[in-house]
Amino acid sequence: MSSLTSALPPAEGMGPRVARWGLYLILLLFAAYYLLPLVVMVSTSFKSLDEIRTGSLLSLPRDISTDAWTYAWTRACIGADCRGMAPYFMNSLVIVVPAVIISTLFGALNGYALTKWRFRGANVIFAMILFGSFLPSQVMLLPMAQTLGFLGLAGSAAGLILVHVVYGLAFTTLFFRNYYVSIPDDLVKAATIDGAGFFQIFTKIMLPLSLPIMVVTIIWQFTQIWNDFLFGASFAAGGAQPVTVALNNLVNTTTGVKQYNVDMAAAMIAGLPTLVVYALAGKYFIRGLTAGSVKG
Amino acid sequence: MTVPSSSYKATAAPIAADTDAPARASLGELAQRHLSKLVVAPSFAAILVFVYGFILWTVYISFTNSRMLPSYDLVGAEAYEKLWRIDRWYVAIENLLIFGGLFIGVSLAIGIVLAVLLDQRIRGEGVLRTIYLYPMALSFIVTGTAWKWILNPTIGIQEFVRDLGFPDFTFDWIVQQDTAVYTLVIAAVWQSSGFVMALFLAALRGVDQEIIKAAYLDGASLPRIYWGIVLPSVRPVFMSAFVILAHLAVKSYDLVVALTGGGPGYASDLPATFMYEMTFRRNQIAIGSASAMMMLATVVAIIVPYLYSELKGGKRV
Repeated sequence: MSSLTSALPPAEGMGPRVARWGLYLILLLFAAYYLLPLVVMVSTSFKSLDEIRTGSLLSLPRDISTDAWTYAWTRACIGADCRGMAPYFMNSLVIVVPAVIISTLFGALNGYALTKWRFRGANVIFAMILFGSFLPSQVMLLPMAQTLGFLGLAGSAAGLILVHVVYGLAFTTLFFRNYYVSIPDDLVKAATIDGAGFFQIFTKIMLPLSLPIMVVTIIWQFTQIWNDFLFGASFAAGGAQPVTVALNNLVNTTTGVKQYNVDMAAAMIAGLPTLVVYALAGKYFIRGLTAGSVKG
Repeated sequence: MTVPSSSYKATAAPIAADTDAPARASLGELAQRHLSKLVVAPSFAAILVFVYGFILWTVYISFTNSRMLPSYDLVGAEAYEKLWRIDRWYVAIENLLIFGGLFIGVSLAIGIVLAVLLDQRIRGEGVLRTIYLYPMALSFIVTGTAWKWILNPTIGIQEFVRDLGFPDFTFDWIVQQDTAVYTLVIAAVWQSSGFVMALFLAALRGVDQEIIKAAYLDGASLPRIYWGIVLPSVRPVFMSAFVILAHLAVKSYDLVVALTGGGPGYASDLPATFMYEMTFRRNQIAIGSASAMMMLATVVAIIVPYLYSELKGGKRV
């Protein structure tokens, strides 16, 4: 796993001052490009409809109005349901929290079993678990819809929790496995000589050492599941839809005057949880993203 | 979703087998070893059924005459023959080639340039990195709402520039049949190039400082050092980034839904939206399944050779 914080640039040449300024200018222009959609979203969400009509894309709101936010949260229509984004936000929470906890727990146990109590075929099993995560979900959508129907979970939060747990296992197992590989086997060996068992070693030795990877995994899973759209759109019906699906419906509802400020406020509402997590613990999110893909 | 290539590294470099054997011998209680298998079993079983079983199920469906509901009457490759006669499928494939090619190329270029620039002892590097990478933390359904507005000719950039005093300025790609797919590229590059930057930056930091110092002392210029020494030495990252981006391109779905909805008409359809449309909206389950198999074949064709080469000997970075 690569820590990006070890700032050791390979080159030592400073170059003339002008080049430095040019360098910063380019980097700032790119920053502007990346920030543009967020700025547009935030500033539009605080404008009134009048101001949107008269003002321009990039102008900042003259009078900050939170009306669009309140409207999006409590009254905006998602299809024929005009209860706003709030119930759908809750749906997402109800799905995300258990799905993250369960998939992380299984990932930790799998990683532990696959590294510290290896059995024949452990590597093959790990490879198979992992390989599945590369395959496009489209090849699993229809059978999944059918299976959820058989199980009586079609259109429910429980169904989506199941889906997210199963398809999250590859990543959580990968994260913990790669982390536990670097913990010395002798630690486990010593504990077994002292008479500790499988679960005792897990809870007393491994888990206390797992905080960093636990954070990486939880943040990764939270972001993935919160942001999911395909599974939500395929398997959740009506009132059980997660927030991303509700947002898409809201934005594409074409009755009446288009309230762009409400659209943007609703988008911010749907995006805030992952954005906040990223702002607070981006380091761990990036570590998840690049986990192991570059040695360093 | 991104799958960092970590995976193969992990399988490619397991703990050496000889540290394993004595550990097992001394730990070797039968019950304990079974416990380990029992712990992994539920996950493995779930993956077997929900991934591999479901793939076989989809294969089967693709050879049936399923329409609104799955049917289990085999009719041979009829769905595939139909699929390859549908104009919309050709549009989706062609779009995937255009979109995928540009998306991968531009993301790689921007990612590398940004990584090299950020690697020059930049003040505020952390802040810039955070800004470059935040799109990965947001759902495209969320950011797509903003992109749709920015690209909309009557309220977005076109209008903005016209108001600045250029009344003839035109930027209406999103509503034009033959350019809508390029707006997908703009937004997708925006989302993923920061990630490519992070991959390369991490690799640049892993390059041996001594070689670079030596080249510098020999009088090599900075661009020459990067071009001649640094970039070739991070070659494996090109491979990983390429595979990750290609994989993202084939799976792109949210992006299209949020930005163009596949439109105008079906001009900006990609295979993922085609598959969804056929399976869940048009009562053409067999054709939808056949298109899903095509997507699977594409991803496997990208992933397997890569995995193979990684496992063969690509341990060196």
